Amino acid sequence: MNNLKYRAAVSAFLIFLSFNAAFSQSGSDSSLLLSRGLLLFIFLLLFGLIILISEKMLQIQAVRSGIKDATRYSILPEFSSWFRKKPKAYVGEAPVTYLNKGFDLALTGQPKQDLVEARVNRYAVNATDFRGLPPIPKVVVTVGQEVAAGDPLFYDKNNTEVLYVAPVSGEIIEINRGEKRAITTVVILADKKNRYRSLPPFDLGSSSREQIVKYLCEGGVWPMIKERPFGTIASLDHAPDQIFISCFDSAPLAPDLDYVIRGKEGEFQKGLEVLSRLTSGQVHLGLRANTDEAPAMAFTQASGVEKHWFSGKHPAGNVGIQIHHTAPIRKRERVWTLGVQEVLSIGALFLRQRHEADRVVALGGSAFTQTGYVQTYIGASLGDLTQGRLIENSRLISGDVYSGKQESAQGYLHYYDDQVSAIPEGNHETLFGWAIPRIMPSASGVFPNKLLGDISYDADTNTNGEPRAFVMTGQYEAVLPMDIYPQLLVKAIITKDIERMEGMGILELSEEDIALCEFACTSKQPLQAILREGLDLIQSES
Amino acid sequence: MALIDKIKSLEPDKKKHPFLHTVYDGFFTFLYQPATVTRGGVHIRDGIDLKRTMAMVVVAMQLCYLFGTYNIGQQYFMAIGKHAGYFEAIHLKILFGLVKILPIWIVTHLVGLGVEFYFAYKKGHGIEEGFLVTGALIPLIMPPDIPLWILAIAVAFAVLFAKEAFGGTGMNIWNVALVARVFVFFAYPGTISGDSVWVAGLTSSNGQVVTDFGGSGWVLHLFDKLWASLGWSTFGADGVPVDGFSGATPLALAAAGGWDAVTQHYTPSEIWWGVIPGSVGETSKPLIIVGALMLIFMRIASWRIMVSMVFGLAITALIFNAWGFNPYMEVPWYYHFYMGSFLFAMAFMATDPVTASATNTGKWIYGFFIGVIGMIVRILNPAYPEGWMLAILFMNSFAPLIDYFIVESNMKKRLRRV
Repeated sequence: MNNLKYRAAVSAFLIFLSFNAAFSQSGSDSSLLLSRGLLLFIFLLLFGLIILISEKMLQIQAVRSGIKDATRYSILPEFSSWFRKKPKAYVGEAPVTYLNKGFDLALTGQPKQDLVEARVNRYAVNATDFRGLPPIPKVVVTVGQEVAAGDPLFYDKNNTEVLYVAPVSGEIIEINRGEKRAITTVVILADKKNRYRSLPPFDLGSSSREQIVKYLCEGGVWPMIKERPFGTIASLDHAPDQIFISCFDSAPLAPDLDYVIRGKEGEFQKGLEVLSRLTSGQVHLGLRANTDEAPAMAFTQASGVEKHWFSGKHPAGNVGIQIHHTAPIRKRERVWTLGVQEVLSIGALFLRQRHEADRVVALGGSAFTQTGYVQTYIGASLGDLTQGRLIENSRLISGDVYSGKQESAQGYLHYYDDQVSAIPEGNHETLFGWAIPRIMPSASGVFPNKLLGDISYDADTNTNGEPRAFVMTGQYEAVLPMDIYPQLLVKAIITKDIERMEGMGILELSEEDIALCEFACTSKQPLQAILREGLDLIQSES
Repeated sequence: MALIDKIKSLEPDKKKHPFLHTVYDGFFTFLYQPATVTRGGVHIRDGIDLKRTMAMVVVAMQLCYLFGTYNIGQQYFMAIGKHAGYFEAIHLKILFGLVKILPIWIVTHLVGLGVEFYFAYKKGHGIEEGFLVTGALIPLIMPPDIPLWILAIAVAFAVLFAKEAFGGTGMNIWNVALVARVFVFFAYPGTISGDSVWVAGLTSSNGQVVTDFGGSGWVLHLFDKLWASLGWSTFGADGVPVDGFSGATPLALAAAGGWDAVTQHYTPSEIWWGVIPGSVGETSKPLIIVGALMLIFMRIASWRIMVSMVFGLAITALIFNAWGFNPYMEVPWYYHFYMGSFLFAMAFMATDPVTASATNTGKWIYGFFIGVIGMIVRILNPAYPEGWMLAILFMNSFAPLIDYFIVESNMKKRLRRV
């Protein structure tokens, strides 16, 4: 919207200037015309200003009278509807949040909507995936031991109730340790047929919040709930102010959640029902309003939740952006976030009394010879998932290309990921690579990408330049649809100015939100790492 | 790949010859985009980097370079009253311009890049590209006859004290190219202000203006021998008296006698197209606008700064028009876009992202006040009828403050949610 207004103002002024230039050549008669034109211009400007101010006052009044969506009230409702984008038919009367900033990157190797076969033998739970879990948790299994899906593998010694459980049944074959003997992965060789640890039946209706929490911990799904700020495992002793679930993923090569949820509507609704018992506030769903087809019925027909429609480019699908535009995190507030498939696991626990760690994982990227979706479980071996589907000299990523983690074929799918990306490595020099015209993915205007239309890019992992000090400004702001000044925030983090960091909104951000800024950065700065440093600093101080 | 292996085999040892390694690294990364891949963080990176960004700014200036080179010659020939037509003897004009501008360009880069290389080696980081743009800007904002030793001192001063002292590219507070100019302006004012400095190849002795090709005259004389042998027109000889030469810029004329005084010497279209005396690159308005549009479309320069500067100038000029205290104030406001270096300062100087405001709101304020203050300096300053250099440096100093207040208000807004 704002963008449109600016553009209109600029073009009006340019037209005005060109008239001036034309008339100024032809002598004194024109000066009369010019001054009249100027008067008209000033008059229009004043008129616009009056309209604008009265509009704002009306909206302030609307907010005061307790009307939620005040932007729909206007002194010239018809007029302002000309400028307002028309929402898709399926949205109906619901308000839509339009996010103008952001950047959609089409990469080649979009996952095909087909289930492909993958024989996955090994699964692993990675202890480093859980923020807030100490580096050496208490491991309760030994190598060679048989476990059923849902059996505990390890737990936090200071927080014994939260169990970290096996996603599948089988034999423990490795317990790996990393630096300073920290536990990394506990690897399970899976049985041919999954056995489940069965839990007692649970009556949701007549149970208290404590009982539900206890059952979630017992069922091993508690670590699936993340808490903001800081992105840790949800804490047991504080009820969250809100719970947010994003029902679409806007990252490149992301799985289509409408496809993933097909046939699992019951689990999803059950999961939402459970979650709504956990918060003092609301469970919020973020829905996409810019596709031609309506989102899946499971999302649009979900009951007992608040739905918010978002229309915009990536990172509109990031839950952090959605929180910012619906109920921004205030100081000392906690917000829980979950992915759609995590909600399914919670729903399944209450429907069938067992730990179902099923995940539909999208395989995408130009380094895949075959893309598609795989039906598997949490922590699947990446080597098994991608067997025979990868080209040489490629990078395997658990997660998306912006914020995922680099893994080798010996690695495993990370706990919260539902996507495996593979792109070619860019370990080659390019003669005059900085000067020759090239077709490259770019959020800047330096490449003629706009002229090429809708094409997919075959991106590789080359840094396309060397790291430099901050030079350009406004680049991060252009791709982050939040009321935050990322570049100045990053500078505040580098100088370890905690008060400023908090004031500038660091607590509203997580790595995935700022990842696009890192991509777009001319100076190749490691923004995600810097942001995490800042968050860690604040967490350690408080 | 054979070539690259050969180049790689030349790589000096970093420990034994750190300076050589810095130089090698600078040239290698100029030739080849290195094979480094992303580690941690994002896995794909935008195609843009600082080299390409800076190169694009330099490309946007090329039309100004072309026309500036031609105009140095054109002004000389107009002054001596030969080949005054715009399309006459273009080869002579361009050659004359090249003889003037090439030494300026070479000295600027030798001194500037020398300092840059030295500091890159001292600090142990790669050679940064910031000087590419600074080095391209400096020749464009200097008078064509600037003595090269003054230029060398100015560039060294600017790069040392305005950039490296603050930590190098990206850390400076003031626009480096403008600091070089402001250094000349205050240390050697005779070479960069007044009526006689804007046309190359002339000097005044005992009240009489005569031709004087200066140190690079031998090149012109060499070519003169060639032209003469072919029976063609020549550059002329040193010490030939020139009559009826004024050399005053439109702004100097306007300061003295208002717009009427300007039109006695120049037509508006002459000023617009840029066949007037002035600094090398700032005379031709349409070509600057082409460069500015290029930068806007590439989203390298901020259109917010440009637009708000235009508004700042227009509003201040209108106020002066209404005030009308002297003829200079009565110059119609739109002619202020024609005269002087406003557009050049707007397109290439004020939009330097390092020294400008970093926030979008800040950019509106920053640009607007450059427009306002530049006009105030231009019109109310009795000694010097131009203001953009000083206005931009002044607002450069205030840009961090503007950002500070914008961030403060953002922080207050966030706190109010609690």
